[in-house]
Amino acid sequence: MTALDVTPVGAAAPEHIPYEPPRAIRWSGTGLVLVCLAAFPLVFPNPAVTQIAVTTMIYLVAAAGWNIFSGYSGYISIGHAAYYGIGQYTVALIVMHAKIAAGWDTFTLLPVAGVVSAILAVPIGFLLLRVRKHTFIILTVAMMFILQSLAFNFSWWTNGSGGLELPPATWQGSFYNEPFYYVGLAAAVVACAVSWWVRRSKYGLGLLSIRDDEDRAQGLGIHVTSSKLIAYAASAFFVGVAGGLYAPFIGSVYPQFGFDPLFDLAVAVVVFVGGIGTLSGPVIGALLLVPVQGYFYLQFGSENLFLIAYGVLFILILRLLPGGIAPAVTQLWRRVLVVRQQRQAALARSGPGPAPALGGDEVAR
Amino acid sequence: MLVLQAIIEGILIGGFYALMAGGLTLVFGVMDIVNFAQGILVVLGAYLSYALFTHLSLDPFLSLLITLPGMFLIGVAVYWSMIRPIKRDRVIMSLLVMFAVGTIIEGILDLIFTSNLVQIHTSYVNSSVKVGSLVFADIYLYAFAMAVVLLAGVYYLLYRTRFGRSLRASMQNPTAARLVGINTDWVSAFTLGIGVALAAAGGMVFGLTNSFDAASSYDLISRVLAIVIFGGFGSLTGALLASVIMLSIEDVVAVVWSPTWSQTMFYVVLVLVLLARPQGLLGRKAVRAQ
Repeated sequence: MTALDVTPVGAAAPEHIPYEPPRAIRWSGTGLVLVCLAAFPLVFPNPAVTQIAVTTMIYLVAAAGWNIFSGYSGYISIGHAAYYGIGQYTVALIVMHAKIAAGWDTFTLLPVAGVVSAILAVPIGFLLLRVRKHTFIILTVAMMFILQSLAFNFSWWTNGSGGLELPPATWQGSFYNEPFYYVGLAAAVVACAVSWWVRRSKYGLGLLSIRDDEDRAQGLGIHVTSSKLIAYAASAFFVGVAGGLYAPFIGSVYPQFGFDPLFDLAVAVVVFVGGIGTLSGPVIGALLLVPVQGYFYLQFGSENLFLIAYGVLFILILRLLPGGIAPAVTQLWRRVLVVRQQRQAALARSGPGPAPALGGDEVAR
Repeated sequence: MLVLQAIIEGILIGGFYALMAGGLTLVFGVMDIVNFAQGILVVLGAYLSYALFTHLSLDPFLSLLITLPGMFLIGVAVYWSMIRPIKRDRVIMSLLVMFAVGTIIEGILDLIFTSNLVQIHTSYVNSSVKVGSLVFADIYLYAFAMAVVLLAGVYYLLYRTRFGRSLRASMQNPTAARLVGINTDWVSAFTLGIGVALAAAGGMVFGLTNSFDAASSYDLISRVLAIVIFGGFGSLTGALLASVIMLSIEDVVAVVWSPTWSQTMFYVVLVLVLLARPQGLLGRKAVRAQ
């Protein structure tokens, strides 16, 4: 029993039952979610609502990125706020020094924020990935605090605890949130596409085998160090992009909100609730938890009741759906298939003639 | 002279950090659980002593007679209600559950005590003694003495009692411990209780020496985790050594360089040590699960 054991999902059903719904359902479901997300601000233009929507997108980008590394490789990082902060400071400092015009031009800095995060992630990841399991978890937190205190202490550069101000966007009023929302949605789509590609590729299989048994994976010829490092940098890229979007949205950068321990935990919690190591997990988690969080915050106002409600909700989800929502849905789906197959077998025994086997191509997969 | 003073002060402060870190490392050793709520439990202990002091004017050190058993029961209750029902992926799930428990406690504390910073102001909080040219705050000396007494108690419990033998057996091999008839459930429950009670003792001193609110827990938990990792997960002696070393380093850096960098150095030292020795000072080398 190790920290990173992941019990195979739906272990109750026999192996030949497919682990996912048929392609038609998957693609139409993805399309439906995309259409709903694209139409959302048009249907609910209330700024209070769209603000939560923008936050949701930022968390979705970060969660999908986090999952590429922590979900697939099994190395749980709760220090990814390091790259959230780096992304924020990158955008803020470039806007300040290069005199980038506020507004749409700021969005062109998003890839820059991502690339800077990814480049910095390479040496940091190289150091951190020498250790495993709990030690790795704690080291990621320690690294995040080191960067936070650097941001506090290099005040000639980051203005320390005074923080940096970004000029407000050129668009105003009730339309203010929409551009951030759509840029966030686009970034989220890219993050999920990369996550999808990794999950399907041979490289991704290598990562998954590292999660299951790193030493054995190495024995089988997987370049474990470079695999982990690439995934780490890729996830840092997307978390950096999320930070780069957050900074101009809020209009300021502070060390304690850029390198924010709460953000670390929030992203991990989002992915765990959705289903860690799954493609849809981060999406489900972010679309569910972040709005609920925002709603609680609006509803209860004060921070403390919000914390209590959030904690209780979290325990309930963990109790009812251990392993996350996405695996629970898969398990349900597989159980339906098993029941259907048994019914067909019973029919075949009683009825005349050979019964058709359950969708032959599915069994083959 | 300043450096010597800083080192001794670091050792004294390290004493009560050892209480919190010791609780965490014991719980980890027995149950493989990273108790993420330890930070907020320390703050809970501080608030309990604060409430008893302000409302009943009970001396904080005397209030331990109430808070230690109380927090012990909280730990046992948390084990039976939250940790024991977890069936799969215990390590990660219990970490998340403890995080959720911590969030709830933080919300409740914030609700009752508001987010204004408070401190336990006893009569002796600002007095100090002079030894040669060195000056020590009384409170640190008392706290250190208390930490020594409590930790000696824990060591006695671990190495001289039947319960301690069961606990160490559960630490080494839970399955074998169950096979020879040890009720590992009760051992785990008591261990979490002891860990939480130690957090209460550490919290009482924390409340005497710092002004705090519920949000102080984040700083605390990251420091305590750093200490535990530094000392080696599951090693009580390692946790003691690590607390003393880390706090001394932090104090010395604050004196010879600048207080703003002491926090950074704390984590830099941690990263450096772990790169050289991933299992921590006294941790056992991880054996690969077959």
